[in-house]
Amino acid sequence: MSLHRRTVLVLPLAVAATGAAAQSAVQSAASENFAAAERAILAGRTPIAGGIEIDMPPLSENGNSVDLSIRVDSPMTEDDHVAAIHILSERNPFPRVARFALSPRAGRAEVATRIRLATTQTILVLAETSKGQVHRAGREVIVVLGACVDGG
Amino acid sequence: MSGSIIARITLPESAKKGEVVPVRVIVRHPMERAVDAPGLRPVPRRILHTLRVTYAGAEVFRMEMSPGIAANPYVEFTTVAVETGPMVFEWEEDGGAVYRREAQLVVA
Repeated sequence: MSLHRRTVLVLPLAVAATGAAAQSAVQSAASENFAAAERAILAGRTPIAGGIEIDMPPLSENGNSVDLSIRVDSPMTEDDHVAAIHILSERNPFPRVARFALSPRAGRAEVATRIRLATTQTILVLAETSKGQVHRAGREVIVVLGACVDGG
Repeated sequence: MSGSIIARITLPESAKKGEVVPVRVIVRHPMERAVDAPGLRPVPRRILHTLRVTYAGAEVFRMEMSPGIAANPYVEFTTVAVETGPMVFEWEEDGGAVYRREAQLVVA
């Protein structure tokens, strides 16, 4: 009985802690640079080049809204699926642009969104699989008129 | 808990069981990113930082967003049609507001 009560007491704390960690992962990105963000996601793993198709216009007139779609080669089964896709920006004020969490219920590892780009730069995509591998691909994009950040 | 937000969710009219269906979501939001430049009055950051999608008893998709996501955030993803039922979309905004919308997926 006392064990049960203890479990109940500890549970909200554990949930609060993981919630705070998830929040700070995105918010602490402000102080972290591009290379550090990539290292943090890789966590010591060596990325595999390729396996990712990035579709983004090579030249963008306006950095306020740039179409970006990502497709990762994966069978998306319980054993072998893409669990997370990260979009990193080399020269935005915040290197971590977005993170997508997927499961086998997605059917395909395909996402698309619209991002802000401060200036001409490389966009890096990292895809983490359920087997612990990380796929990595980058694309250069020329931005004529950047999203107005830091005068950039 | 759920305030007002304008969202457009696009699903196929119906799907076969096991079919991979595309889901497109666009929501009206400024994604205010606290630009602090000379001559500008600083505005506090106010973005939608998370979109969580649940369907047929499980979270099927989650997107964590930053100020690097364009205003009126758009996202497209896929999900396997399991059963007829609601797909629930929940956005979390800076400051703790949560917006919730539902769309029905019909599985034939």
